[in-house]
Amino acid sequence: MSQIEFLQQLHRAGRIGRRELLGRISALGAGAAALTTVVASEDAYAAETPRRGGTMRMGVGGGSTTDSLDPSTWNDSVGTVGGFAFLEALIETGAGNKPEPGLAASWEAKAGATEWVFNLQKGVTFHNGKTFTADDAVFSINMHRGKTKSGAAGAFSAITDVKKTGENQITISLKSGDAEFPMVLTDYHCRMVPDGTTDFSKAIGTGAFTLGGYQPGVRVQGKHFANYWRKDRGFLDAFDLTVINDGTARLNALMSGQVDVINRVDPKVAGLIKTKKDFELVVSPGGWHTVVSLLQDKGALFENHDLRLAMKYGIDREQVVKTLLGGYGNVGMDHPIPRGDANFNTALKPTAFDPDKAKFHLKKSGFAGNVVIQSSEAAFAGAVDMATLFQGNLAKAGLKVDVKKEPADGFWSNVWLKGNCVVSYWAGRTTATQMLDVAYGPTAPWNESRYKNPKFAGLLDAARAEIDAGKRRTILFEAQALMSDDVAALIPAFRNSLDAHTTKVGGHVPTSLSDMDNSAIATRGWMKA
Amino acid sequence: MLRLVLQRLGFGGLTILAASVLIFVGTELLPGDLASAILQNTATPENLAEMRAQLGLDRPAPVRYIEWISHAAQGDLGVSLSNQRPVADELAPRLRNSFFLAGFAALVSVPLAVFLGLMAAIYQNSYYDRAVNFFTLMTISIPEYLVGYLLVKYFSVRWQIFPSLANVTSETGFLERIDLTFLPMLTLVLVVVAHMMRMTRASVLNIMASPYIEMAFLKGLTKARVVVRHAFPNALAPIIAVIALNLAYLVVGVVVVESVFVYPGLGQLLVDAVSKHDVPLVQACGLIFSCVFILLNLTADILGIISNPRLRRPR
Repeated sequence: MSQIEFLQQLHRAGRIGRRELLGRISALGAGAAALTTVVASEDAYAAETPRRGGTMRMGVGGGSTTDSLDPSTWNDSVGTVGGFAFLEALIETGAGNKPEPGLAASWEAKAGATEWVFNLQKGVTFHNGKTFTADDAVFSINMHRGKTKSGAAGAFSAITDVKKTGENQITISLKSGDAEFPMVLTDYHCRMVPDGTTDFSKAIGTGAFTLGGYQPGVRVQGKHFANYWRKDRGFLDAFDLTVINDGTARLNALMSGQVDVINRVDPKVAGLIKTKKDFELVVSPGGWHTVVSLLQDKGALFENHDLRLAMKYGIDREQVVKTLLGGYGNVGMDHPIPRGDANFNTALKPTAFDPDKAKFHLKKSGFAGNVVIQSSEAAFAGAVDMATLFQGNLAKAGLKVDVKKEPADGFWSNVWLKGNCVVSYWAGRTTATQMLDVAYGPTAPWNESRYKNPKFAGLLDAARAEIDAGKRRTILFEAQALMSDDVAALIPAFRNSLDAHTTKVGGHVPTSLSDMDNSAIATRGWMKA
Repeated sequence: MLRLVLQRLGFGGLTILAASVLIFVGTELLPGDLASAILQNTATPENLAEMRAQLGLDRPAPVRYIEWISHAAQGDLGVSLSNQRPVADELAPRLRNSFFLAGFAALVSVPLAVFLGLMAAIYQNSYYDRAVNFFTLMTISIPEYLVGYLLVKYFSVRWQIFPSLANVTSETGFLERIDLTFLPMLTLVLVVVAHMMRMTRASVLNIMASPYIEMAFLKGLTKARVVVRHAFPNALAPIIAVIALNLAYLVVGVVVVESVFVYPGLGQLLVDAVSKHDVPLVQACGLIFSCVFILLNLTADILGIISNPRLRRPR
């Protein structure tokens, strides 16, 4: 999808105004003729307005019979697409990755961004009739702190205290300053539930839907919540989510009219959907990226900078995007910041495949053995193919590579974080600093390559505490450039998320984080008459 | 005969017990554990330890086995480790679904297979015989997911006669259920018919070589009558055994068909449970699968005894 189509989809869903649409298109260097065409097509579209009513049927991949409605356990698309319909966040991710008010109406930073005050929406009720207050917010955040099984535990470890400072106000204290802290609260696990909740099976929240039916790994159904507090969302009478993990079955269900919208379209058939007039493809440039982590501990193989460079020059990133992602993706530059992020270093050029340079650095490194790449389908579909592809690439540079296919069972506990050279992935994080922190921070438990460059750590600290957006951007640019050359991780490609829907679905737009309108499609989307 | 049957039942019970031990040991041997499988790359040492403690994974295995098997005998299959729902609640609707689909497919395929097999035996080496042999051999050779996709391509996408999603719920009415499960049923029928049909044909033809069949022909009976009245009853035992095997397959082995048609049956549940190391769920599924298998084979055994006059009335 071109950038113009992307902007048009945003405009049609009412996310950006007409002035912004035209402004941004002309900023792309489009001529007057192109602009006229866009205006005409947008007029023909006649400013789609949300319609109330109807049922949206979704076919969603990424669910399992072991799913639950406890937000701290969510780890895949079905969990969040279903869950977000019932439970809401304090802060939501808006266009351009900026924080947007959710259940927190406003917020401000104090004392060098180490203390944050959040003012909560008033007059919001839970599905069980209880009013939403500061107590609920404090409880819901603390669910993910300290002794917890939550997947947000890492991101929230920076929080030192959460206090109720008024009936509708909470104050959060941090270990160190973080100018982008509101974005940390958009973590998909952090949803608001009533104070003291232990049984999550009823999905009591403040969301636009109350739980209709729930069978893990099979179905999630929601009915419109009559007392929903927002008027600009929650248009559907009901939604009916069917878990369809098989890609072909998902597409079949859409094509045969049994569902209205699906996620995770196979890149191989994405082109076909674009040619059918009853269906639309939604391409979201996402933060999901493939990683080959190289252990760079003291004494480890990849402590050798030249060997790292040999690997960096010796792999064909373009080929990964072309073959593995069917062209629906972007080449990575060995740092985890996606193109859609405001802090993405635009000056950096991707490392091109250059077997001669790789050969040069290999010789300089003095390394003569074999590199073993450990890979497993547990990481992502195609992980083993990617390793095999690199085996072929690196052979041209004279570096011998063995691909070791690891069993999917126990991959995350036995191989990941332990092997010398392991293929894995990261899903995008809400902010650049959060992403760098979680996977490359010097104290992060998931620092796969044990990256401990003090210069990088300094830049990361500085960026986190910097309140001025311009200055933060400069620091992050430097951090990305440093990583690109130095870090012992290969990040060959970023993957786009591909959704598809019938033309009856409205309000389903590309986002920069994950599929299905950042999982909020039930609340934000609508069905046309 | 009663002694024989009781003996078989006793062996069946012992086999189930032995299977339960195997299942338990098997789940213990899986690499990694549930806690790390759930948390994936969001695990820290702290939340990993907390989750293990919550899940009771820190107690010794024999203690957990005795606890499990004694509870299971009383119908309590425990609580799913990953979503805290009772395993029995999780299993019941899926078990019903699996049995429904298996029953539906069996109702169509067993009479069809026996009929086709008998016809093939009667008209041995005719064009009909060759055609039906060729066709069934073809359907058994094509992987079931491809059969499923082909049916979906024509019946649901192109002609829109039957739905491609068999997403039944407990509220789905009987007729709607038949409509929703029609394509999965057809897929299964195409896959299992061949085996049963060929077995029917082969065992009937085997009997046809016996002297008493020749006697029947000499009496002047028609071939159809000889096959149906004289040969078929004596060929029943191996046919019943094959039917039982195929019925067991219809209940426990259809995970591929389930995923193609998104049918909420037991197979998918087991696969999910294994990949997430949800031990109580895996064990419960394993136990049910082995019970189904053992019971069906037991039934085949007993029916085999009943169908054989020499065993039915021992001297």
